[in-house]
Amino acid sequence: MKNSIKLILAVCVVGLISAFTLKPTAEYAGYNVGDIVEDFKLKNIDGKMVSLSDYEDELGVIVTFTCNTCPYAVAYEDRIIALDKKYADKGYPVVAIMPNDTSVKPDDDLASMKKRAEEKGFTFPYLIDAKQDVFPKFGATKTPHVFVLDRTESGFVVSYIGAIDNNYKDASAVTTKYVENAVDALIAGIPIKETETKAIGCSIKVAN
Amino acid sequence: MKLKLIFIVFFALVSCKKETKNTTETKTKEAVTETKTSEALEIYDFNGLEKFLNFKDDKTYVVNFWATWCAPCVKELPYFEQLNEAYNDKNVEVLLVSLDFPHQYDTKLKPFIKEHKLKSKVLVLDDADMNTWIPKVDENWSGSIPATVIYNKNKKLFFEQSFSFEELENELKPFLN
Repeated sequence: MKNSIKLILAVCVVGLISAFTLKPTAEYAGYNVGDIVEDFKLKNIDGKMVSLSDYEDELGVIVTFTCNTCPYAVAYEDRIIALDKKYADKGYPVVAIMPNDTSVKPDDDLASMKKRAEEKGFTFPYLIDAKQDVFPKFGATKTPHVFVLDRTESGFVVSYIGAIDNNYKDASAVTTKYVENAVDALIAGIPIKETETKAIGCSIKVAN
Repeated sequence: MKLKLIFIVFFALVSCKKETKNTTETKTKEAVTETKTSEALEIYDFNGLEKFLNFKDDKTYVVNFWATWCAPCVKELPYFEQLNEAYNDKNVEVLLVSLDFPHQYDTKLKPFIKEHKLKSKVLVLDDADMNTWIPKVDENWSGSIPATVIYNKNKKLFFEQSFSFEELENELKPFLN
């Protein structure tokens, strides 16, 4: 009896300590610029599976975490399409990944993703991270969140992390196109000036 | 365009007030007061907002970044209101910084503030150059909301997470000693 009380107390104490130590220091793990990206395999809106390794003939990939339900992501849809149109032929196509838990955000389920992609005329795969095990590896925290990958002999290397450009509200008022600058630098074989930027976005939704 | 129109109407009403000041036309006055309260959004770019993150007085400030369309933000908003209420007499002030889009100030933000009867001070940040100001709020902020800063003149903590009231209270308490 005594022992079991002790055990319960011990569990409580450990629980309390971890509750306080884990929370505030939410350091974001995930890829840094220069890291090699692990292969992933996710379901596309057409029902087929798409892997990063399917892109081994490309020079790189513009991985974009996005969704239907975040106003910032929606504000960037046309610009994501434009990125694919501009860079797919140059060897850097867009691969979009929807990272949200669909029980929290039902309007981000596969059927809704398919509908949105058709409405907008997405020219790239729109994958669902259904098990939510890909976005944490990237260290994606929000939508939209872009990772420009460059294919090297040792694999796909993270070359840029962050925002698409410097104005979420108004595409015509953009003065710096971070992703375009990064991909242009990769194509030109010169160093990327800004390899990391910050952008406002909606937190990626996980089930409670 | 819409905003401009509202400003024009607003100023027209304000100037009406001046003109009717000496008359006893109470009806107009009432209309003016009503317009005033619903028009009273405090909108800043980051340069304007920065002072609210750097007060050096004796208060502790709890600054929450939110938006009406952000579900987890809306969910935790009552806890910030509760905190503001409970700790108001303990030198604590809650500031709610809305990141709503300008085109939704009238359709979403103002009705939300009214409907939820928000008592904490609401500030509106309208600054599209995120990469410049996000690291100035906190260098660890990846940019997702909800996000919260608790600070006083001695220290500062930053949280990129959702809160319960208890969690919020626990983080606030060490600031009050």
